[in-house]
Amino acid sequence: MSQNENPIVLEARKIAKYFHDPATIKVLDSVDMQVRRGEFVSVTGKSGCGKSTLLYILSTMDTDYEGEVLIGGRSVKGMKEADLALIRNEKIGFVFQFHYLLNEFSVLKNVMLPALKLGKLSDKEIEARAMEKLRILGMDGQALKKANQLSGGQKQRVAIARALINDPLIIMGDEPTGNLDKKNSDTVFGIFRSLSSEFNQTLLVVTHDPEFAAGTDRIVEMEDGRVLGGG
Amino acid sequence: MLRRGLISGIAGAMLMARWRQSLVAAVGVMFSITMFVTLLGFMTGLNDLLDGLILNRSPHVRLYRDIRPSAEQPLSRDARYRNSYALVESVKPNGNRMAIYNGGAILQTLRQDPRVQGVAPKISAQVFYQTGAIELTGLINGVEPEAENRFFHFGDYVRSGKAEDLSRVPNSIILGKGVADKTMARIGDIIQVVTAAGDRVPLKVVGFFQSGLMDIDKVQSYTSIGTARKLLGKDNQYVTDLQVKLHDVTMAPALAIEYRKRFETDAEDIQTANSQFETGSSVRSIISYAVGITLLVVAGFGIYNILNMMIYEKMDSIAILKATGFSGKDVNRIFILIAVRIGAAGGAAGLVTGYLLSSAIDRIPFNTAALPTVTTYPINYNPKFYIIALSFALITTILAGWFPARKASKVDPVSIIRGK
Repeated sequence: MSQNENPIVLEARKIAKYFHDPATIKVLDSVDMQVRRGEFVSVTGKSGCGKSTLLYILSTMDTDYEGEVLIGGRSVKGMKEADLALIRNEKIGFVFQFHYLLNEFSVLKNVMLPALKLGKLSDKEIEARAMEKLRILGMDGQALKKANQLSGGQKQRVAIARALINDPLIIMGDEPTGNLDKKNSDTVFGIFRSLSSEFNQTLLVVTHDPEFAAGTDRIVEMEDGRVLGGG
Repeated sequence: MLRRGLISGIAGAMLMARWRQSLVAAVGVMFSITMFVTLLGFMTGLNDLLDGLILNRSPHVRLYRDIRPSAEQPLSRDARYRNSYALVESVKPNGNRMAIYNGGAILQTLRQDPRVQGVAPKISAQVFYQTGAIELTGLINGVEPEAENRFFHFGDYVRSGKAEDLSRVPNSIILGKGVADKTMARIGDIIQVVTAAGDRVPLKVVGFFQSGLMDIDKVQSYTSIGTARKLLGKDNQYVTDLQVKLHDVTMAPALAIEYRKRFETDAEDIQTANSQFETGSSVRSIISYAVGITLLVVAGFGIYNILNMMIYEKMDSIAILKATGFSGKDVNRIFILIAVRIGAAGGAAGLVTGYLLSSAIDRIPFNTAALPTVTTYPINYNPKFYIIALSFALITTILAGWFPARKASKVDPVSIIRGK
């Protein structure tokens, strides 16, 4: 595959994780995984297999693990909280099962927030970019509405726009269609698919929806804290 | 890197999302600041009033000659008894020199002393006021009305007539209100004054004064220093008291000692003469501060509660902010800023309402015979209280916001997001 020559944007090396409460359980056992630029990867497995746990370790939000995570070739092990926040801000876009939009703000402002935090562009430029991202997702007409005035599917599309705002190295999704009906799920999948093919966006999505997984470039299958195949 | 406006905008949005609770918290701060400012203003106003009653009118250092027996008895001057121990029983004081020696020269020296704001000479003389067949005992103070006015607010206590009339009208007298009531004297009347030496002098009543202390008003009267000398048949160097007002009242005790030595007179400082007033004032101030700070602490708990509630409600928002790149410090700042805004808004409003309440109290009539210059409740508008109040408001709110904000900054986004 031609993609094999692309640089690795995200790499997991021998990731192990334990839960200590109530008893010590090994939830991830020596997980190795690589995601190359432009890949659309899905992680599947039964509930409790550790796929979400793996995602949050890869996202830098969970720092309690053994092994190493490399983002853009740089290890994030042992970095300070504020530096990790900066990496998430600049390099990672998130789409969760729940949209997590701030109801206090307009749709546009919600999308703008991570870019405002990054602070590399002027407010005007950020606004223009945010409108551009909303347009890609067909949400530009709702830009000035409050977040709580949207439907579930619309909210998830705004959340995707927010994930895109800083042109991240990778977008991570944790069951991004888990809360949506069939029609909206298909829409969201379509968006992800086109982000991958049209914009060469790297995507790593945790899902238990086989149909969703089937549509991705590569499926990483997990069971009992181990990668069965595709890592 | 991080724009101040962004953090501030998020804080503002969260504040507005819960504006009702925020308002209640701010009103709590406002109320406590209002009470703090009003209480201190009122208490201090009252303190000033009570202090003024005595302290403003008292000289910082008073030079006088006390009545006391001579330290050197004739016996000890006799050469024959030089090596003996003399015991003189029933020594009596000699009262014929009540005057300060060399009063005029001391007055000149004091007026040139840079530490001295001003000096007012005074003559005190025991007299009787004669009305019909009755003689009332009294005390006449011979003063320089201008100096007395400038340094000791004499004019404030002259209720009818003018203090200056003493120097304008020859042989004039300003009677204490109590004396005037007893003698049924009116302005323009002639009152007979009999001195201790038995001389009877008619003086024209040009005004009444009311000090606020009944005992004083019942006996004391004022006349010009010249009239007092004439009354006593003394020369124009005669003076019994030198009332010194200093630039810095705290130097009074030291200067009293210095003057005592230098001028060989008695000298009394204001702190020694009126120590009870300062104690009362400081105790009242402490009580006011204690009550004010208690109110603020209660308001602080209000802010603590609202922030805690806000954090529980906004867990999702905190989680996503952290997920999308806001650090714990940013989140901490957001919540501190919310607290500070509640505190600043409530505090500022409290200063305004405190001022309004103070001025309302300032308008309530307060008439008492003891306090002739006072017609309404006294309020002190010292900006110091307003500054203290606002700083306390900010400090308490920052402290109240500190712990919730810390908690918010420690929120683990994974546990929130995965918990859904």
